[in-house]
Amino acid sequence: MLIQAHRATSIAEGPTLRRILLGITLIFLTLFLLFPLAAVFSEALSQGLSVYWQAINEPDATSAIRLTLLVTGLSVSLNLVFGLCASWAVAKFSFPGKSLLITLIDLPFSVSPVISGLIYVLLFGAHGLFGAWLKANDVEIIFAVPGIVLATVFVTLPFVARELIPIMEAQGRGDEEAARTLGASGWQIFFRVTLPNVKWGLLYGVLLCNARAMGEFGAVSVVSGHIRGMTNTMPLHVEILYNEYNFVAAFAVASLLALLALVTLALKALLESHNTNTPNAPRL
Amino acid sequence: MSWFGSRSASPRVIPGFGLTLGITVAYLSLVALLPLAMIAMQAFRLGLSGIGHILSDPRTLHALYISFGTALAAATVNAVFGTLLAWVLVRYRFPGHRLIDALIDLPFALPTAVAGIALTALYAPNGWIGKSLSGLGIKVAYTPLGIVIALIFIGLPFVVRSVQPVLEDLAPEIEEAAATLGASQGQRFCRIILPLIAPALLTGFTMAFARGVGEYGSVIFIAGNIPMISEIAPLLIVIRLEEFRTDAAAAIAAIMLTVSFAILLLINLIQAWSRKRLGDA
Amino acid sequence: MFCTPVSFRLHFRCILLALAFWFVCAPMTWAADATLLNVSYDPTRELYKDINSAFATAWKTKTGENLAVRMSHGGSGKQARSVIDGLEADVVTLALAYDIDAIVDKSGFIAPDWQSRLPADSAPYTSTIVFLVRKGNPKAIHDWADLARPGIQVITPNPKTSGGARWNFLAAWAWAEDQFNGDDAKVRSYMRALFANVPVLDTGARGATTTFVKRGLGDVLLSWENEAFLAIEQLGPDSFEIVLPSLSILAQPPVSIVDANVDRHGTRKRAEAYLNFLYSPTGQRLAAKHYYRPISPEYADPTDLKRFPHLRRINMTERFGDWRSVQKTYFSDGGVFDQIFLSR
Repeated sequence: MLIQAHRATSIAEGPTLRRILLGITLIFLTLFLLFPLAAVFSEALSQGLSVYWQAINEPDATSAIRLTLLVTGLSVSLNLVFGLCASWAVAKFSFPGKSLLITLIDLPFSVSPVISGLIYVLLFGAHGLFGAWLKANDVEIIFAVPGIVLATVFVTLPFVARELIPIMEAQGRGDEEAARTLGASGWQIFFRVTLPNVKWGLLYGVLLCNARAMGEFGAVSVVSGHIRGMTNTMPLHVEILYNEYNFVAAFAVASLLALLALVTLALKALLESHNTNTPNAPRL
Repeated sequence: MSWFGSRSASPRVIPGFGLTLGITVAYLSLVALLPLAMIAMQAFRLGLSGIGHILSDPRTLHALYISFGTALAAATVNAVFGTLLAWVLVRYRFPGHRLIDALIDLPFALPTAVAGIALTALYAPNGWIGKSLSGLGIKVAYTPLGIVIALIFIGLPFVVRSVQPVLEDLAPEIEEAAATLGASQGQRFCRIILPLIAPALLTGFTMAFARGVGEYGSVIFIAGNIPMISEIAPLLIVIRLEEFRTDAAAAIAAIMLTVSFAILLLINLIQAWSRKRLGDA
Repeated sequence: MFCTPVSFRLHFRCILLALAFWFVCAPMTWAADATLLNVSYDPTRELYKDINSAFATAWKTKTGENLAVRMSHGGSGKQARSVIDGLEADVVTLALAYDIDAIVDKSGFIAPDWQSRLPADSAPYTSTIVFLVRKGNPKAIHDWADLARPGIQVITPNPKTSGGARWNFLAAWAWAEDQFNGDDAKVRSYMRALFANVPVLDTGARGATTTFVKRGLGDVLLSWENEAFLAIEQLGPDSFEIVLPSLSILAQPPVSIVDANVDRHGTRKRAEAYLNFLYSPTGQRLAAKHYYRPISPEYADPTDLKRFPHLRRINMTERFGDWRSVQKTYFSDGGVFDQIFLSR
């Protein structure tokens, strides 16, 4: 939401400072974001659109795209529910051990993707805790889709919760308490009061979670088994193509991932401008 | 309204505490804590002396030093530039504003391996940027500096996206009041804005740092992976695994986990404290 | 304000619909009667692409069954690790006997006598280690001695993670042993000088090739012979050339069925037929086509064979002993490689 209130000129920076800040920002962005993006697209399109299209339309690539969307859909939904529960519990109530709980929610961020994969191997691998039981009952978890979903859920677990907690905390619980006093039920409070208040934060969280789930590489790589056409997600397929010296196809699939992200972000911008006429309730 | 005052004074008016906390704890335990406990179990098979032996290995120590050091450097750079970026995005309107706003999330969306490949292509001695830098005698790819570059890329959105919403919500009246009272621009930023965005900035910094410590996919392409120079701890874990030494891998993982957990806990405590301070003020 | 919850619900419905759609579509990808999973290492991708389609045709004419062979590629050690952890491989085709030994030792999924079940130590094709240099050989690199010269940059993957890199290390060691008449101190100082010239240690053979070829780093790449040929073919016939050292190593990438898995899947017959196919005239011809040296050269296309010049290749086990002890002495934690690398 980028409503720009008419700012009194007394608090705006001078034009020189403004230009310097903008200049630094643009240089930084060019070096760190635009150049890598440009590198991906220029490699992907270096042999024309038809080669690009072939790379994406090849059966292994489409099955990778399908698997990525399936895994992303499942893990984002799970983490959305979790994020709402966690932020509600953390922001609306006080209880001992809250800092510990927040830290635990953060933990998957700091766990190396390699470890995130490894832990599921230790649990469900042939020699893991449940390995023998799973094998006896013919249940496949790692080196199959459930393992990939689990690893992705783990890696993206903090996103929604971490985005919502500060916003809900900043809003306090006055609105909810008022609604309660007026006789609203728990679900009514949630859908009519809390959700509208945090909708942008929630959307940010879901988008970040979604983007990260689509792009996760390290953890998925450990539990996937890399079976072509079966357990290869898009990022793994990129690696495979890259390792086959098929650089154009590798960057084509990679650019598709970047495009998917850019499309979601454009959708977000569209949604926002659509909602401009309903002014935000003042926060803080 | 005081944080503590409100807790002791009002009983829980809002419903759903048991349900939400229950789901949170159960989900967290099943998806994260139980699996992570496996690391501890594996590591403790080595015994304390075994863990001590691995910890005292200079190569392990150096890999940990590289992982934490580069993550800290990158998170610091991101804290500065991320805040600047958020500021420019919230306060200024310029052509391409929307585009840049959307681009911030790119590092999330780009698979880390692709990011690594793209950054290496750029910063290698024959890459677009690397060529001009090597002319100046600066080597980026295949050095710890390359790792920092990759981690800046990976961590940037964390800071921007944490600070941006808070800046947007900042009521201009506060600043206007300060300006009326004669506060300079610098004073307004340091005394008013910075304290208000501090918790969000700290969150973003923590997330960027924590993510950087464990990052693997993008780093291994650009790092060069030379033991005692540019080898990161996650790579050492992979190496141990491929030597079929799961327990040693788990021991390094356990050390990393413990340290990151301690840092995260510390920063969350600082945040809780700063919230309390602001609430009391 | 009140329209927001509705639009959220709509959003959810869309997600659910999309999910259902992908669930329905996902299983439609496979149309074969039977499948085999071949878990292999990185440089064999192109080889097995051809082998698999040739074998599928042969199997179809013989039994009438549509057989699809699925592939999984990665670093040899990583692939072995995955099989140990339960990747449902029917056959493994890896870079080193050590990695298959590890599956035997750590999981028991493969019978201990695996290496004697197929001809030629279960290695249907062999390879060796050669030097890939930039066109015209500007740094005049002709033999192992040149690699230790100051100012030369050598690219090799990490022997800790890459099977090919272990062959590199042993080939260099064998040459130095001959050169210095087995003087251990001189051998080690040569190896130290060599590894002091290594600016990057990639985790796998493919990564090292990419570093050398695409990033333009280094003066010489120590590489599998087939990788070197493939790199020249795919990435630049005019930019690179192969240099054969005076001595190299006989690299034997072995194959085996994974007994526990084929018995559970009921695929033993197919898996055995698949591995035997590698020794068949077609299999041998395809191996030679993809720059592996066939063990039965009489089946190979003579023009393919011309690409393999004579090279003195020492036998690894005769020189160094079996892989388990080699691994322990040279590549384990604190082993010879660590001593050399950390004191370079």
